[in-house]
Amino acid sequence: MLSKNGAKYFFLIGTGFFFAIFLGLTYDSLKQVPKQTHEENLTPQVVRGKNLFDKSNCMGCHTILGEGAYYAPELTKVYETKGADWIKNMLTDPEAVYPGARKMRKYKFTEGEKDDLVAFLKWISEIETNGYPAKPVNQ
Amino acid sequence: MKYKSQKIAYYFFAFSMLLLFLQICYGFVMGFARIGYDVLHEWIPFNEARTTHTNLLVVWLLSGFMGAAYYIIPEEGDRELEWPWLGMVQFWSLAVVAVTAVIGFHFSWWEGRKFLEIPRELDYLVVVNVLAFIANIGMTLYKSKRKTTTAGIIFFGLFAAALFYLPGMIDSDNQTIDSFFRWWVVHLWVEGVWELIMGGILSFLLIKLTGIDREVIEKWLYVIVGLTFLSGILGIGHHYYFIGTPNYWLWIGGFFSALEPLAFLGMAIFAITMSKKGGRNHPNMLALKWSLACSILSFVGAGFLGFAHTLPNINVWTHGTLVTGMHGHLAFWGAYASLVLAIITYALPQITGRKLFDTGIAEYAFWASNIGMVAMTTAFGVAGVAQVVLERRMGMDFLAVQTEIQPHFIGLLLAATLFTSGILAYIYVFVKSGLPRQDLGEIYDK
Ligand code: HEC
Ligand code: HEM
Ligand code: HEM
Ligand SMILES: [Fe+2]
Repeated sequence: MLSKNGAKYFFLIGTGFFFAIFLGLTYDSLKQVPKQTHEENLTPQVVRGKNLFDKSNCMGCHTILGEGAYYAPELTKVYETKGADWIKNMLTDPEAVYPGARKMRKYKFTEGEKDDLVAFLKWISEIETNGYPAKPVNQ
Repeated sequence: MKYKSQKIAYYFFAFSMLLLFLQICYGFVMGFARIGYDVLHEWIPFNEARTTHTNLLVVWLLSGFMGAAYYIIPEEGDRELEWPWLGMVQFWSLAVVAVTAVIGFHFSWWEGRKFLEIPRELDYLVVVNVLAFIANIGMTLYKSKRKTTTAGIIFFGLFAAALFYLPGMIDSDNQTIDSFFRWWVVHLWVEGVWELIMGGILSFLLIKLTGIDREVIEKWLYVIVGLTFLSGILGIGHHYYFIGTPNYWLWIGGFFSALEPLAFLGMAIFAITMSKKGGRNHPNMLALKWSLACSILSFVGAGFLGFAHTLPNINVWTHGTLVTGMHGHLAFWGAYASLVLAIITYALPQITGRKLFDTGIAEYAFWASNIGMVAMTTAFGVAGVAQVVLERRMGMDFLAVQTEIQPHFIGLLLAATLFTSGILAYIYVFVKSGLPRQDLGEIYDK
């Protein structure tokens, strides 16, 4: 039968071993992410857009890269599917784009800020996401 | 209650009750928004309600863990807490920081990163606060002559939880890297170090409530937390499938996260066998019921429902849908919320000297809240599966699908009402139990 000391070493050694592997994989991932996310396109404008996205807590209603809230549409590919003008209209007056629908917040962004957010969503749409979101089965 | 300083736990528990109540209020705000009654939109838009809902959850659980530690550590270590005054200072500063954060959220003072929305300035205060807490219980253990595994595991879990708060403060302009380190906090907490806290508190409860030999219980505790890290550390890969990280995470994450339910299964089997073997003659059977509910529902919510969407070929469809919401509710409830309610049910009579665990209303609190939460999970699950099939698989428009699944949210609200009645009953019993008593003594002596 397993002794208490044996169980303790199972815990300590297992934890140390897998944490070491995890650190190694983290190192490798951080090296590859710039390629996979096209960091060369991460312009100051995109960064401004990201900061606006965070400050406005868009993730409190939407998902992006599949993370966030489930109340509003997934935004990873919205630049591709709906385009820049559509996004800017949403950021100006959501009611006008989707009359009577579930409510988005009405923000008071300047034109420049809207462009920043569009640039951010464009950058997001170009990340290589290993096949997410998947194409619907019958299309 | 053996030591005076154990009553510090009371204040943390009371604070947990208050925040739990508020969390539920914000849950209802979102529930109503989802059936078309977003009447508070001008004042509390969905993203404010959601951020407040989830942050209140995290804070009341942490407050509950801290209370548990202030109760358990002196008892296990056989001495008073090292600095009782610091415990009270830490309590009040925690309360101030938490209340400030909640108020701040309503003025958009936040970082829009799911679960880690607390603004940076307050992050630093949280760190100082937690350091004071860790120092206090750490010193108490260090100076005590009796060093138990249970206390050691709880301390190690809390210490590691504090440590893994820090990666959440790594800033990056790259959304993928931001998200990468966000999971170091969120995943490594709930599927890693918090499980140590859970295992430790459950062990304490089982030792007290079943009278089984400590050596046996603590041996299995090591096995369970060993399994937790064996699967849970690399299991983090189930969040690195689709966020712009290398594709080897698909099989690493898939393989190791598929093993994660084992630790929860172990916890459930452990609690059930121990309570069967131990004979059920402890006066506070209700605390044992809560402990069993915790171990069983954590397996269902985290283990079973987690497994249901953890493989990459399934997660590619369910990622970021209400299926995740379904799992989030029962996992948090089973593993951590009912754990805190279990330790309160056990410790409160000791602290206040009043035994209300045998009353009908305490029993009602147990059944209504657990059944209510299982029903809520079912409503989320049905809505989630319908969403995945219609929107993700068939390609229907997001908003059209949301209208389609709206009726399930009426179901959700009904279930939530049952759940809330249970929680209100629990809080009623808490309040009726009175304030901490001045004298000492074992209340469970038969
Ligand atoms: C209070 C919740 C909420 C917040 C906060 C929010 N949104 Fe929305 N958003 C919605 C909803 C709901 C929709 C669906 C359309 C509608 O009902 O108006 C939507 C739709 C959109 C769309 C159109 C998607 C499509 O497929 O047509 C874009 C783009 C968008 N939001 C961007 C943003 C950005 C950027 C932010 C942050 C600055 C943001 N949203 C914040 C709720 C929100
Ligand atoms: C007590 C333990 C657990 C808790 C409290 C918990 C809670 C949560 C929460 C809140 C989320 C959403 C996180 C976010 O998007 O920020 C989540 C996601 C997830 N959980 Fe868990 N979980 C637990 C255990 C598990 C286990 C054991 C598994 C696997 C077997 C699992 C699999 C998943 C997966 C795959 C996701 C991602 C869902 C998605 O792609 O949208 N979880 N969990
Ligand atoms: C009256 C009771 C409750 C109601 C009506 C409710 C409702 C909701 C709603 C509508 C959401 C947002 C889902 C979305 O993004 O669309 C949510 C999120 C969440 N709630 Fe609750 N909730 C309640 C109680 C609880 C309790 C008691 C817990 C913890 C045990 C909890 C844990 C969570 C978590 C972890 C999330 C985030 C889930 C995720 O991101 O995947 N909720 N809740
Ligand atoms: Fe996870």
